[in-house]
Amino acid sequence: MTLSDIFWKVMFYCAVALIVLVAVFPFYYAILTSFETGTAIFRVNYLPESFNLDNYRAVLGGANFLRSVANSVLIATVTVAGALLLAVTAAYALARVRFRGRGLLLMTILAVSMFPQIAVLAGHFELVRFLGIFNTPFAMILSYTIFTLPFTVWVLTTFMRDLPLEIEEAAIVDGATPWVFITQVFMPLLWPALVTTGLLAFIGAWNEFLFALTFTASETQRTVPVAIALLSGASQQEVPWGPIMAASVLVTIPLIILVLIFQRKIVAGLTAGGVKG
Amino acid sequence: MANIQMKAVRKSFGVLEVIKGVDLEIRKGEFMVFVGPSGCGKSTLLRMIAGLESITSGDLLFDGERVNTVIPSKRGIAMVFQSYALYPHMKVRENMAFGMKLAGASEEERNERVARAARMLQIDHLLDRLPKELSGGQRQRVAIGRAITRDPRVFLFDEPLSNLDAALRVATRLEIAKLHHEMNDVTMIYVTHDQVEAMTLADRICVLRDGRVEQVGTPSDLYEKPNSIFVAGFIGSPRMNFLDGARAAKHGCHTLGIRSEHIDIVADGEGEWTGTVIHAEDLGSDNYLFVEIGAAEPLIVRRPGKLDHANGTHLNLRPQAQHLHRFDAEGRPVSQS
Ligand SMILES: Nc1ncnc2c1ncn2[C@@H]1O[C@H](COP(=O)(O)OP(=O)(O)OP(=O)(O)O)[C@@H](O)[C@H]1O
Ligand SMILES: [Mg+2]
Repeated sequence: MTLSDIFWKVMFYCAVALIVLVAVFPFYYAILTSFETGTAIFRVNYLPESFNLDNYRAVLGGANFLRSVANSVLIATVTVAGALLLAVTAAYALARVRFRGRGLLLMTILAVSMFPQIAVLAGHFELVRFLGIFNTPFAMILSYTIFTLPFTVWVLTTFMRDLPLEIEEAAIVDGATPWVFITQVFMPLLWPALVTTGLLAFIGAWNEFLFALTFTASETQRTVPVAIALLSGASQQEVPWGPIMAASVLVTIPLIILVLIFQRKIVAGLTAGGVKG
Repeated sequence: MANIQMKAVRKSFGVLEVIKGVDLEIRKGEFMVFVGPSGCGKSTLLRMIAGLESITSGDLLFDGERVNTVIPSKRGIAMVFQSYALYPHMKVRENMAFGMKLAGASEEERNERVARAARMLQIDHLLDRLPKELSGGQRQRVAIGRAITRDPRVFLFDEPLSNLDAALRVATRLEIAKLHHEMNDVTMIYVTHDQVEAMTLADRICVLRDGRVEQVGTPSDLYEKPNSIFVAGFIGSPRMNFLDGARAAKHGCHTLGIRSEHIDIVADGEGEWTGTVIHAEDLGSDNYLFVEIGAAEPLIVRRPGKLDHANGTHLNLRPQAQHLHRFDAEGRPVSQS
């Protein structure tokens, strides 16, 4: 190994360390802060100094926090399930069925996903009011599904296009109906794509704030991000940083666990081998 | 096990007509090979027989029964694809049994039929592997095995060997020939680009050109009695030599065809054509001489054994009279008079 090789290796790991630091530090600091109370919160420290569970007690003891978590779980799950079901079928059509205007439709779908949320907020609000689902979980489910579908459809369509047509034809010759084909051949092959897009849709729905704030009125309908933002302290002037940090940590952990579980399931290159080597 | 008849079969994709009226009968137990230039509709015709492509007009009959609208899995066919098309997430065993499973066969029967097909193709030891753990040749065997387990009336192959290297191609070709002998009542239809595959495997060859049948016949029929310039030029390698103008007129035709092995090198003054060798290819068992005689293309002369004429050699050539192919201006053979 020459000197310059070593130099570049060192530079590479420095860059990796920097990226990890930037990505992980805010969460690490949130964890530290969540175990501190009183004025300790405002002292800058980079190593754990105290271990105090008061903040967690305060959050979990609060009247509606668990209710908000339940709302978030429900909304995110239904959004993911609905979006995947619609997206798989839509992607199948977009990737496999020839029809006029297919390319245009795909571009439109992609373009739709570029609108900023705030631009369509008013429209969504009207829609929600019109459907009479204001202040119910359905308001969020509907708008999150609408927002997540373009991306999901787009990704799944690309994946499906890469699946060789001949596999589908082999299945037809073997006597597979479209349903058998989708469930027994497509889905197993699309696992990595489904998991990835499903996870992103879940995270998106779980973290979304603006719509959730706008479409809910009562405390019992709030989702977690809204609940955290609206946590109130002892007085109007006090921002309850401790409980906010504790709540943030609590709601981030499920996401981390989800990613860790599914990371193992994302078996890349599953399709390798079925087609010409 | 099935006799296949096509009556005025046509296929259009939108305004583009691809199959322009095909009448063809494929006999029970026959090995029929479709050949033709790229894009002439071989795959399309095969896929119409499979039921993967709809038939625009005309009739397709299996054993006298019209099957135009019967779905593929009910036609009693099995298909081997160029890209193998194995299910990547299933073990070899499951790949082979998938069709039977969908048809509702018992596990016992499935295992037995998979085992029988695996023995036939010597892939017993691969049954518990995934496709990605197999070599190209093994994958193609599995694909053929999957077709066998379906116990079809008709076997369809679309260029099954074109992804294999030369040695494997020969081995698998033998395998398919053996299969045809063992299952001699199963009709087989085979699409290929490869001359040798066509000549060695076929009972009969069907030459397609631009969506129409140009000629159907046994390999030796097509080789010895092509009924058009197109077939004469398409079948056989190296390509038949064609001469026109005065050289053809001398034999009373518009175009004269002569195969490379039917040209003799003779002594000075006895030849019909003279020219110099401009290029030579030595294949070990044979050698090809490219002789410039002033025609549009050099004449190819095939000689057995080692190369014996260097570039630049001056040669006198004479065609064997009984092997001349004479064609008129339309490219049809001039009737022997
Ligand atoms: N789904 C389709 N839509 C439109 N045109 C098609 C379709 N499938 C095939 N064609 C056209 O039909 C013609 C015949 O195609 P086909 O695949 O049958 O040719 P082939 O003889 O098998 O050629 P090759 O030897 O290259 O495989 C081609 O011109 C092709 O472009
Ligand atoms: Mg083809």
